Order: sequence, then C-alpha cells, then structure tokens
Amino acid sequence: MYTLLGEELNLQITSHFHSSQQKLRSTIVITSRGCRSSKPSSPIFRVDCESVFDLLKLSTVDYQSLGISYHAMSCHVIMKKFLSRKQSEENGVFADMVSSQNESSLLSSEGDSQRTQYPYVTGTSVIGIKYKDGILMAADMGGSYGSTIRYKSVERLKQVGKHSLIGASGEISDFQEILRYLDELILHDNMWDDGNSLGPKEVHNYLTRVMYNRRNKFDPLWNSLVLGGVKNGQKYLGSVSMIGVHFEDDHVATGFGNHLARPILREEWREDLTFEEGVKLLEKCMRNLLYRDRSAVNKLQIAKITEEGLTISEPYSLKTYWNFAAFKNPTVGAEGSW
Amino acid sequence: MPKEHANWSPYDNNGGTCVAIAGADYCVIAADTRMSTGYSILTRDYSKICKLADKSYMASSGFQADVKALQKVLSSRHLIYQHQHNKQMSCPAMAQLLSNTLYYKRFFPYYAFNVLGGLDSEGKGCVFTYDAVGSYERVGYSAQGSGATLITPFLDNQLKSPSPLLLPAKDAVTPLSEAEAVDLVKTCFSSATERDIYTGDSVEIIILNANGVRRETEQLRKD
Repeated sequence: MYTLLGEELNLQITSHFHSSQQKLRSTIVITSRGCRSSKPSSPIFRVDCESVFDLLKLSTVDYQSLGISYHAMSCHVIMKKFLSRKQSEENGVFADMVSSQNESSLLSSEGDSQRTQYPYVTGTSVIGIKYKDGILMAADMGGSYGSTIRYKSVERLKQVGKHSLIGASGEISDFQEILRYLDELILHDNMWDDGNSLGPKEVHNYLTRVMYNRRNKFDPLWNSLVLGGVKNGQKYLGSVSMIGVHFEDDHVATGFGNHLARPILREEWREDLTFEEGVKLLEKCMRNLLYRDRSAVNKLQIAKITEEGLTISEPYSLKTYWNFAAFKNPTVGAEGSW
Repeated sequence: MPKEHANWSPYDNNGGTCVAIAGADYCVIAADTRMSTGYSILTRDYSKICKLADKSYMASSGFQADVKALQKVLSSRHLIYQHQHNKQMSCPAMAQLLSNTLYYKRFFPYYAFNVLGGLDSEGKGCVFTYDAVGSYERVGYSAQGSGATLITPFLDNQLKSPSPLLLPAKDAVTPLSEAEAVDLVKTCFSSATERDIYTGDSVEIIILNANGVRRETEQLRKD
C-alpha cells in the first residue's frame, strides 16, 4: 500500500492525479523538502488514494467530487486528517515519522484539524418559560460572525416531532447538524407506527446523550440548547449545554440570558401566567438583552407550544427606549470613572 | 508554531456538597440542591442523590454530566446484577462496583466526588467515601464537594465517633440516635451555606433504616 523511503524534516505534499472513465484513482505522493528548493526531491512515500480513503472513511467527500476538483490543497487537507487520525490511533508508520518532526508544517494552527475548536457563526441567548397552557420560548434571529452581525434571519426555534420545541444558541452549523439528528430520531419514531411518539423528556434525554458523547470525543457540538414541550398535559422545559450539563426547570436561558434574563424571571415568573403575561415577560427579558448584549438583534420570534400544538410567530421587533438617565449619563455618581 | 491550547474544557464544576453519616442501625445521606456554573446559579432544586439499590444511596457532587453518566452506568449494572442473581446488591458490593467504575476511566476521569451510604447485610449503617478515580474507604461519616472542608471538622467534633486511629480498629459508626444525626446534618448544611457560595437553596436528606426509607427537605439560604 505504501512504502516509506526516507525521513525528512519538512513535508510538502504534491499530488498526482490519474483518472480513467470508469474508476477514479489517485495517488498522493509525499515529497520532502529539507531546504527551500523548488526542485522536488525524492518522494518519501506514495499512498494509494483508495486505501487512504478506506482508512479515513471519508464520508463527506465522495470520489467524484474529489476527482474533479483535486488539487494540492485538498490533498493537504486529507493528509492532515489522515496523519492526525493516525497519530491519535497510534498505529502505522506515519505516526512515528510525523511525531518526531515539527508538526506545524503539516497541521494547521487548529491542532487536530477536524475537531471543533472555536465557534464561527453563533446565535445568542434563548429564553424559555413554562406558563399556564404550556411552554413559551423566545430567541432573536441574529447569526454573528465574531463581532459582525452577519445574518439577521436565522431561525433558532424549531419544532421537533409532535410535542417538542428546540431553541439553540451557539454555533449555527452545529445546530443544523443537531436538527438532522433529530429529524432521523423522529423519523424512526414515526416508522414504528405504534401510536406512541417521543415526548419532550425523551428528546431532552437524547440530546443530552448526544452532547455528552461528543464532549467525550473532544469534538463538541458548540451549542446550548433549550428543549420544551407538553405531552399528556405534562409541561416540560429543559436545557443542555455543549459539555452535557443538563437540568429541568420552570424557566431556563442560555448564554447572556442566564445573567440578564433569569434574575427577572426569578422575580416575576409565576405558575399560572397567561399567554399574554408570558409574552410580556419574555419581551421584557429580550428587551433587556437587546440593551446589554452586543450580539443581540432587534428581530425576534416567540414560540408557543401547548397540548394542542406549536406556533412560531412571525419575526417582529421590540420598541426600545434609549432616554434612560442611566444611558445618557452612565457615569454620574461613579467616582473616578470616565 | 507552538501547539495551541484548547479554548474549552470538557469539565465544569457544578458545585454542591454531600454528606453521609452511619449509625448503629440507620444511615443518613444528604446533599444540597443547588446547581451552579461559574458565578451563576443554573437551578435551585436539582437532586444529587441517586438510589442505586434498596440499601444503597449515592450522593455525588462535581461535574453534573459525569455524575449523571456515572449514576446511569451503576443503575444499569445493578439491574443486570438483579437479573443474574435474583437479589439486590449489598452496599459493600455496590461500593466495590463504584470504585471499579471510577478507575475504569482513570485516564479521563468522571469528575464526581461521591459518598455512598446505606445499610450493610447486618443492618448496620455504612458509609463509603471516594475520590474522583475510585480510591475508597469505609468510614463512619463523610462529606464531599465544595462545602466538605467546612463540614468535616464540625462532624469530627460533634459526632462522638471512635477515633479512626485507635487500635484495635473500632467500628466507626456514631453512637448518636437517628434524630440527633439528622439534626446535626441540618446544622452542617446551614453553616456551610453561610460560607460556601456553591452550597444553598435547600438540602435533601434521605434516612435509611430497618423500617425503610424516609425523605426530608429543609430550606437553606438562597443567596
């Protein structure tokens, strides 16, 4: 499959691509470059691509797309994946060779290339409360890319099956992945066709297991989730974090909501809130977040789930008031402040 | 380029304190119900006590996701035991199982600080105390978690248990009555609540004796 021909300090990957009509095959040739010379030096090893793919079980890249757009960059990515995986499995010739060298020439600054290290596009707080008839949840529609508010129509509240509602903050792409998992979960539940359906408690437990297991593999789904629903008259509202910390309560919030919304809810939440009162309470919390959370946007949705069903409102915005004395003159009374 | 450090930790400390006291014919297991993260409180009534068997209750503080996973593993192992042996596991047997389960993950530990309480096969109270990787010991009483350092010296003074340093080794169960022990536990928690920010809200107390199980809740300061 591959032959080790030598040991070098810096590795550069060049790719040679051969294809035929019927079968796509490629060979990755890894050469060495001990010094800055443009002339390619002797190849260190050749790896038959098919076997590499077998080893990597590349599900996201199929042969065809790889064949068409194959170039050194993608090869580099594959080799990175391959070598880092080899390292972690600690078998094969590569591991010894790479580990004894400066890894940085091959591996990017992200260390293990395929594990989540940072979130990129993120959603901010989600707030959920129990009220008289069921659950109310609120989330704005912002998707921030660091300090830029890049997307303003991200739906962060989604239905799950007949009885549940999920709200997510954190990495949006990981949320989309979670929705795919949930889709499959609900599909299999429906295929049983036995008159039973997964309730919010079960979905919450499933999500907890998913998040915890990803955390165990050091590749977390970078989300904080709120899961609410009603089944057989029983209201349920729970939360799961990216490392698997989970709990159930009468009111929950993620991110900044924990600091800014929960105190309001602790003061003003009641068991018998009507729908209008619940919405007013959530709006109060969301307005607070809008004033104080820089990643909040003034476009939000409120979702309601009861025994009868689920509704997610159309996006709308809150009225804000900026003439508070504290806003206009924030440092009055604060000695030594600027 | 030097290796970059991860900017997330697989662990978190969700706080809380657990206590267990063994008596001649009873056992008291108690834990507060506050769950925190950093300087925030996540929820005020979260139970840290899990019934593993009829006569074994485990109270655990630390990283909640690991605690829950540990409880699940032990509960399912107990179920298998019941299927295979047609009886409940004894408390000392469960103690050994817990130790082995913890050591199994010696190189990626369960961040859980456990106290196992129950009645042994003679009906005497037994308490086992653990560290995160499974080293354990049968003791007369124990406290684990964020308020442990505040509670243990108080129990050393008040429980009138024989010293663990005596030879020949005397059974470490407290000579106090059940009511006195429960009262002492409530005092422990109200004192720990005063000084430990992660302890408070309320305390859940389980009392195991020959007649069965009893559960009490006592409110604590919410600040």
